[in-house]
Amino acid sequence: MVLHTVKKVYYPSKVPPFAPQVVPYQGEGVTVRRQEVVGYNGDEAVALAVKQSKVDVVAAYPITPQTIIVERFSEYVADGEVDTEFVCLESEHSAASASIGASLTGARVFTATASQGLALMHEVLYTASGLRCPIVMAVANRALSAPLNIHNDRSDMMGSRDCGWIQIYAENSQEAYDWTIQAFKIAENTTVQLPVTVNFDGFVISHAMETINTLADEDVTGFLPSRKPIFTIDPEHPVTVGSLFLQEYYFEIKRQQEEALQKSAEVVDQVAKEYCALSGREYGILETCGMEDAEAAILCMGSTAGTARSVMRKMRAEGKKVGLIKLWLYRPFPVEEIISALGNVKALAIMDMALSFGAPVGALCSDIATILQLRGNNLKIFDVIYGLGGRDIRPAEIEGIFNEALSVAQTGIVKESVKYVGVRE
Amino acid sequence: MTEDEKPLGERMKLPWRQMPIGGTAFQPGSSTEYKTGDWRIIKKPVIDHKRCIMCLLCWIFCPDVSITRSPDQVEIDYYHCKGCGICSAECPVRCISMVEE
Repeated sequence: MVLHTVKKVYYPSKVPPFAPQVVPYQGEGVTVRRQEVVGYNGDEAVALAVKQSKVDVVAAYPITPQTIIVERFSEYVADGEVDTEFVCLESEHSAASASIGASLTGARVFTATASQGLALMHEVLYTASGLRCPIVMAVANRALSAPLNIHNDRSDMMGSRDCGWIQIYAENSQEAYDWTIQAFKIAENTTVQLPVTVNFDGFVISHAMETINTLADEDVTGFLPSRKPIFTIDPEHPVTVGSLFLQEYYFEIKRQQEEALQKSAEVVDQVAKEYCALSGREYGILETCGMEDAEAAILCMGSTAGTARSVMRKMRAEGKKVGLIKLWLYRPFPVEEIISALGNVKALAIMDMALSFGAPVGALCSDIATILQLRGNNLKIFDVIYGLGGRDIRPAEIEGIFNEALSVAQTGIVKESVKYVGVRE
Repeated sequence: MTEDEKPLGERMKLPWRQMPIGGTAFQPGSSTEYKTGDWRIIKKPVIDHKRCIMCLLCWIFCPDVSITRSPDQVEIDYYHCKGCGICSAECPVRCISMVEE
């Protein structure tokens, strides 16, 4: 089994609190391209990435907190900065459907949504992956109604996690920008041919302005040549897509699709390496911090990792052996990489920013528990449900979770398998 | 004969690794290779050619394009006829009867 790139962030870091999180690349004789530092929020960063990716069609419907992406992109279209067909649809269901149609013609397609919009797209998501359309979709994760809420949690994407799309979670605006560019290359790889979602936390990332390093247009074009489709819908060479597959054939097509999704991790890894050589920013399947000698660790995704990393550094300074695993790639689930990253850790807290109603634990914890059981690993784990509806997770709360994990590591006893953090008791 | 030139029915009995990506059919008009005639239960339509006036109403109404026509008569394509009986109901001279198989 091949292990893919796992980025390691070392501690204790002397990085001052407001320095950019970008570490210069120290690879063998690689010249990183010159970049421009700009102040963009997550949505604007994604819009710029889409512009630089020379997308042929953008079909979208606005929804908070994703709106700025399509707003900014429609400005690019209106100003003639891009040669993109921008299609405003009457709903997200139509936006996703139009994206499929455009993608089948061989176009590079982008769409964006969140929350209720993603829920409305739900059935079309399965069609997009089933027809192997390499669409890229930005999802600014937002809570699902009711009660109505526009703020961040991941119940939208977690509700559609079985839709067959490659699912990537970005920690900040920089990652949202970088992953959007990489996502096209991953999706359009001929062995993958699957849609990709780039998830980032609504408002926390989508509306928070940060300094980001942006590549020059020609560098992005060099990294991401125009799409070469394996087939197109073309009147000169007619094909039938989306036809009826009953008991005799459906299973084979789905098995094939699952294989493509599982194998796509290799492509994600390869694209991340290429992108690193260009930008100097290392990406991969997951990122670890302090896992070499950690006794207790937190596994999380998205913006929470930033807070957790800073808490970790403080606790490390106090001599507490804590570690952090941040997943970039959630689907396909990186089994080997996580098992390997766990090292000799004795307790693991898993951070779920979505409820799986009626389930024993949250979705992410459920996946971790599954892989541990399959490997006969007796690691003590517990689930943390936090941040629903945009409730902030504070450093003190994360410190509490680390301390809880340390006490589990020492005693071997898990008091609560599901811990609700940040809710008023 | 290359893989793409084989009839759809033959190609589609392949193991999953060799199936066309996403189930895309690269041959147009291949749905005729799907023999829907075995969906037919109980009764099949039979034409009494002596009484047929060649009005072609059955040919127009058949929802499965299972009535074939030649210059002098119409025939039923039993490989595709699902036995719905619309031709029999629409025939103005009642020359199509539904017969038990």
